[in-house]
Amino acid sequence: MSKTERDAAGAPAAKARKARTGKAQAAKEPVVEIPAEETPVAGGPVAAALVAESPLAQGPGVPAVREEADGPQGGRLAVRKTYKLYIGGAFPRSESGRSYVVTSSTGGFLANASKASRKDARDAVSAARKAFAGWSGATPYNRGQILYRIAEMLESRRAQFAAELAEAGTGRAGEAVDAAIDRLVWYAGWSDKIAAVAGSANPVAGPYFNISAPEPTGVVAVVAPDDPLLGLVSVVAPVIVTGNTCVVIASERAPLPSITLAEVLATSDLPGGVVNILTGSVKEVAPWLAAHMDVNAIDLTGVADEDVAVACEQAAAENLKRVLRPSAPDWSADPGTRRMTAFLETKTVWHPTGV
Amino acid sequence: MFEYAPAPESRDVVDIKPSYGLFIDGEFADGTGTPFKTVNPATEEVLAEVATASQADVDRAVRAARKAFGAWSALPGSERAKYLFRIARIIQERSRELAVLETLDNGKPIRESRDVDLPLVAAHFFYYAGWADKLGYAGYGPAPRPLGVAGQVIPWNFPLLMLAWKIAPALACGNTVVLKPAETTPLTALLFAEICRQAELPPGVVNIVTGAGETGAAVVNHPDVNKVAFTGSTEVGRIIARSVAGSAKKVTLELGGKAANIIFEDAAIDQAVEGIVNGIFFNQGHVCCAGSRLLVQESIAGDLMESLKRRLSMLRLGDPMDKNTDIGAINSAEQLARVRELSDIGEAEGAERWSPACALPERGFWFPPTIFSGVAQSHRIARDEVFGPVLAVLTFRTPAEAVEKANNTAYGLSAGVWTEKGSRILWTADRLRAGVVWANTFNKFDPASPFGGFKESGYGREGGRHGLEAYLDV
Repeated sequence: MSKTERDAAGAPAAKARKARTGKAQAAKEPVVEIPAEETPVAGGPVAAALVAESPLAQGPGVPAVREEADGPQGGRLAVRKTYKLYIGGAFPRSESGRSYVVTSSTGGFLANASKASRKDARDAVSAARKAFAGWSGATPYNRGQILYRIAEMLESRRAQFAAELAEAGTGRAGEAVDAAIDRLVWYAGWSDKIAAVAGSANPVAGPYFNISAPEPTGVVAVVAPDDPLLGLVSVVAPVIVTGNTCVVIASERAPLPSITLAEVLATSDLPGGVVNILTGSVKEVAPWLAAHMDVNAIDLTGVADEDVAVACEQAAAENLKRVLRPSAPDWSADPGTRRMTAFLETKTVWHPTGV
Repeated sequence: MFEYAPAPESRDVVDIKPSYGLFIDGEFADGTGTPFKTVNPATEEVLAEVATASQADVDRAVRAARKAFGAWSALPGSERAKYLFRIARIIQERSRELAVLETLDNGKPIRESRDVDLPLVAAHFFYYAGWADKLGYAGYGPAPRPLGVAGQVIPWNFPLLMLAWKIAPALACGNTVVLKPAETTPLTALLFAEICRQAELPPGVVNIVTGAGETGAAVVNHPDVNKVAFTGSTEVGRIIARSVAGSAKKVTLELGGKAANIIFEDAAIDQAVEGIVNGIFFNQGHVCCAGSRLLVQESIAGDLMESLKRRLSMLRLGDPMDKNTDIGAINSAEQLARVRELSDIGEAEGAERWSPACALPERGFWFPPTIFSGVAQSHRIARDEVFGPVLAVLTFRTPAEAVEKANNTAYGLSAGVWTEKGSRILWTADRLRAGVVWANTFNKFDPASPFGGFKESGYGREGGRHGLEAYLDV
């Protein structure tokens, strides 16, 4: 379903829900979605539609439709995973207590993902800022090894990711996982080479030693594309390999692989806070990150709504964030160095020569 | 102090016309806006009347640039290079004339326009001329394409040098340009237009539209401009960044600064004092990368301040056309008001103000070299860009504290570090969040050396191989 269709469908559904909850709230029936404190449009019709589609919205007692190999009939009930956020190396729930229903490509219930709030975004920025000195100060060799380790960890969970991606509707899921692993390996190798390619020794007309080298921009906000693993890896790896730290808003439609990827990151010696992953509404959270004064750059690649993208770019102007505008790249193509250099600053150092 | 006999440069070497038009499609033309006057800030004498480009005039300039783009970008790089080499040569041939005109219109000492600005202007064209037929080797792919029409808006502090920084790389990469010089310093840009004609540059490749902020906004916001390049205040930079949101325009911004100049206790003091003076009093402090925050290690603060004050007492302020003058005029009444206001705030906030005994000329816009000591990091004079000859002095005890204080700013354009210990230079330079770090020197520029900021000092680099990226579709 396209976004507009969902919106159109969402409006009456939300109305219907309101009508129901009028009574329900009086009867203290638990309501799935806690209203956002920040803005009346929080969540918007999309979330409302998702809630309306959820089995829970139809009242308690409706069984989840997720197919599980070991269902009750198989003798053992599966222990499901709670999908939370990934902030500062830990897995907190959204401080707002909100969640939203994530469905499979066929509409079945998959999980309740955390619905990040403004406060979660700010906590994630704090964590990213805290991690910046250590990560940018690490040797490129060390960063490369850690990225390679992420690839190793991803490889070891290949089957799990392939299954999750298939559920999320990614075709050729196994190939997508392979490509994501290979991309990490590719970027891992860049850690100690990008400075040689992006830097320069400058032959100035005077008795000076003069050299330019790239340095990480700082904390980068990333709106990941709706390609839950390969797309995500393709936007995060180039940001962090050079020493930036980031706050990522995962694919809104298919956020689950991103949190599973967080488990991979958490076991790869990547310092906590280097990558922080939020799940929830792009429309709600991205503008907060775009306006955050301690964020140095924003990658809008995954922003599908043009108005949201323009609003984010405008908000980003307040502290002159570096902005990578929305795009829909072919994630299987050679990425080039552009995604790295977009979040690098060139520092030029002069010193006199002489005896 | 030595007495010097006046050594005035002759203003007869330049022929200033009573009025100037816009330069569009290779021709000078009247503007349809209300003309404005440009004055000599050292004397308040009106130099000339200059046309104001209206929206319609800017539109005409952009159309001319668009029309010229096809043939210009299709020229072999080696041919474009030859035009740029020609321009570089004509600038050298006419450098005295340009230097005098720059000093008259801007107020900077003739020694600086003659020895710093003009040589760098020529060098910049010469440097980028050489890139025009080598773009495939610059690291942006085998055959990088130009962007199209570049809209460029430049400031008044280095009028011709900023023009060179903008036009040379743009043309080398195959773009055409519409450039708006600053309202208070349009004259050298208009003389440059004449140089373009002498060089037989194809009409429309360079267009110059004069005017105030409104003209600049018309250039930046024009829908047929593919690239926006701006040098100026962070305040205007923000407005530009906001206004291009949602467009496909590529943007580079070179904005304000509040550079820390860090003096460690083992620095060579006499050299450091020269560097401090050059850092903040060069060009009356009208320099975005000026070393406006002096960070001195506490153990040497007393001695250093004494040396610095002694040195300041020897600076010669006055007639910019005098070849012995060190400090010229503040560029405009408006800028003088801002420097005065921030200095008064510095005093009101509790910092201690000091200037050498220094007679100011009666006419014109003048401000004495000024030092504030006892400055706290929260003071406005430690946070805001004064863009004048005003130095805020702070102290530190440890290298870590120096770096912490140096980085405690929204800006990140430049920084200085003075120490005789090599490893400390590199340690400090590594940690400074600034685009240019001068170690045991300050305010050095070269076309081969990339220049530009971190954080709110803007984005993009000018100069060097890096400067090409701003004008290529990559």
